Amino acid sequence: MMTQSRPEEGRAPPLRARGAFFGWLDIVLLAAALVVCGYFVWRTNVQLHYRWNWSVIWPWVARFEDKEGFVAGPILVGLAVTLRLAVWGILLATMIGVVMGFARTSRRLFFRLVASGYVMLIRNIPPLVFVFVFVFFITSQVLPALGVSERVKAWSPATQWVVEALFGPVARLENFLVGLICLAVFTGAYVTEIVRAGLQSVPRAQIEAGESLGLSAFDVRRYVVFPQALKNVVPALSNQFIQMIKDSSLVSLVSVQELAFMAQDIQTSTRRVFEVLLFVGALYFIICWSLSLLFARLEHRNQS
Amino acid sequence: MTDTPMIAVRSVNKWFGAFHVLKDVDLVVQRGQKVVVCGPSGSGKSTLIRCINRLEEHDEGEIIVDGIRLDESLEHIAAIRREVGMVFQQFNLFPHLTVLENCVLAQVRARKTPRADAEARAMQYLARVRIPEQASKYPGQLSGGQQQRVAIARSLCMEPKVMLFDEPTSALDPEMIKEVLDVMTDLAQSGMTMICVTHEMGFARKVADLMVFMDHGRVVESSPPAEFFAAPRSDRTRQFLDQILSH
Ligand SMILES: Nc1ncnc2c1ncn2[C@@H]1O[C@H](COP(=O)(O)OP(=O)(O)O)[C@@H](O)[C@H]1O
Ligand SMILES: [Mg+2]
Repeated sequence: MMTQSRPEEGRAPPLRARGAFFGWLDIVLLAAALVVCGYFVWRTNVQLHYRWNWSVIWPWVARFEDKEGFVAGPILVGLAVTLRLAVWGILLATMIGVVMGFARTSRRLFFRLVASGYVMLIRNIPPLVFVFVFVFFITSQVLPALGVSERVKAWSPATQWVVEALFGPVARLENFLVGLICLAVFTGAYVTEIVRAGLQSVPRAQIEAGESLGLSAFDVRRYVVFPQALKNVVPALSNQFIQMIKDSSLVSLVSVQELAFMAQDIQTSTRRVFEVLLFVGALYFIICWSLSLLFARLEHRNQS
Repeated sequence: MTDTPMIAVRSVNKWFGAFHVLKDVDLVVQRGQKVVVCGPSGSGKSTLIRCINRLEEHDEGEIIVDGIRLDESLEHIAAIRREVGMVFQQFNLFPHLTVLENCVLAQVRARKTPRADAEARAMQYLARVRIPEQASKYPGQLSGGQQQRVAIARSLCMEPKVMLFDEPTSALDPEMIKEVLDVMTDLAQSGMTMICVTHEMGFARKVADLMVFMDHGRVVESSPPAEFFAAPRSDRTRQFLDQILSH
């Protein structure tokens, strides 16, 4: 209730130690971390007699050919698929989550039932089982029936080029869509819950203020509740999207040839298990970390 | 139309579960009249005025605003909300929108006013509540008194025929109460029909045409201010007035 008071004169505030603090506990923890790393190196090099050979990796990333110049190897191809899954997955899962999140908080019982049924189903099945069930019984039946790839093949080369840029090679389009939809439907359930929590976090008084101004129920949700809800859920959403990118490796099981699929492939042909795993792991790390940085900026901008 | 009362509340009853919050409430507000409602906390003052724009639903009796009966009809509710503005104790500004956007949003969305006109009107009312210079700030950057004045401007932008105030100064620091009351006094003098739930008796004496005292969900006393302050009929009213006027 007090109004902000300011210091009378321009005296500088007393100096205080800033947040960072390096004490004996940090030294102990750092030492423990070094011991663990040392153990890993010792175990691979000495005990397993593992001979590191990183040069094996590069031809799988990209190789140089006389006629074509640099050609993307399986790792880059897989990376492209993973990135496409990430971008479209985030978009699609957000759309599903927003629609279902609103349905979850709807006044109509039917909408609430549909949305909570969807969430309940997906939350209580292991992702692995969901992927197989969804793909074999649902998407792989529906998409070919719609004749997606035939239709695309009938389009003009220019349009096909755009489609390829957005979704990858037309030959693998159906396969990609199967994986994408599966991933989006799966993640969408969690986004639904996040959106619902966000919508419910906006105080009732905001809705009343909107209604008393004569805004329709829809406009109140659209212009008053939703923007505030979104602001509140940015951290949770960012978490979920990172989770989704990591989960995208699951669709390798239904032969979507993304990064994890390629990694498996290369491991079998080169037997360089550690190099491939570490390299691909680093790629996932970079993608996920960049995304979290992006969201951190968004959050920061939100707050100011 | 002009001879019908602006607001007619007749034998209204309301329950929250088993709790009887409004008991046979009658209240008639003529056009241009200013009514001040007071009474102890929990006596049902907020509930009563929130029934008038359907933030709460009454269970029995009738409420008629400018000839429109408040019932299940969504059209009636929408029509009444177009005529009734409301100012809340906690301001309830939209924190994600600037002051100007707070004033523009409902004009553009609910009234379909062209944006430029809506902005012009918003600036006009912000000037009237004496804070046009804050238009581009966010509510969180303003003091309580300034926020409440924005809330008043936001309501006025919809050009309501009636304004409801629910303890508009109760959440304010003492030094900001006056700036809000001054704006409300101006508004009263401009001829607006108003129902104010407030314990600011100085304001009540200055502007009220009718004083209403509520207790335990009932309208205990309803009389012109001169009579209300000088010779309250019920003991309960006298006790209450002694209490709040003693400090
Ligand atoms: N939504 C609600 N549900 C249940 N009880 C409520 C609700 N709103 C108010 N009440 C109760 O109704 C009574 C009257 O509340 P209110 O109208 O806010 O009183 P006042 O504004 O006079 O202080 C209080 O006892 C309060 O606890
Ligand atoms: Mg109240």
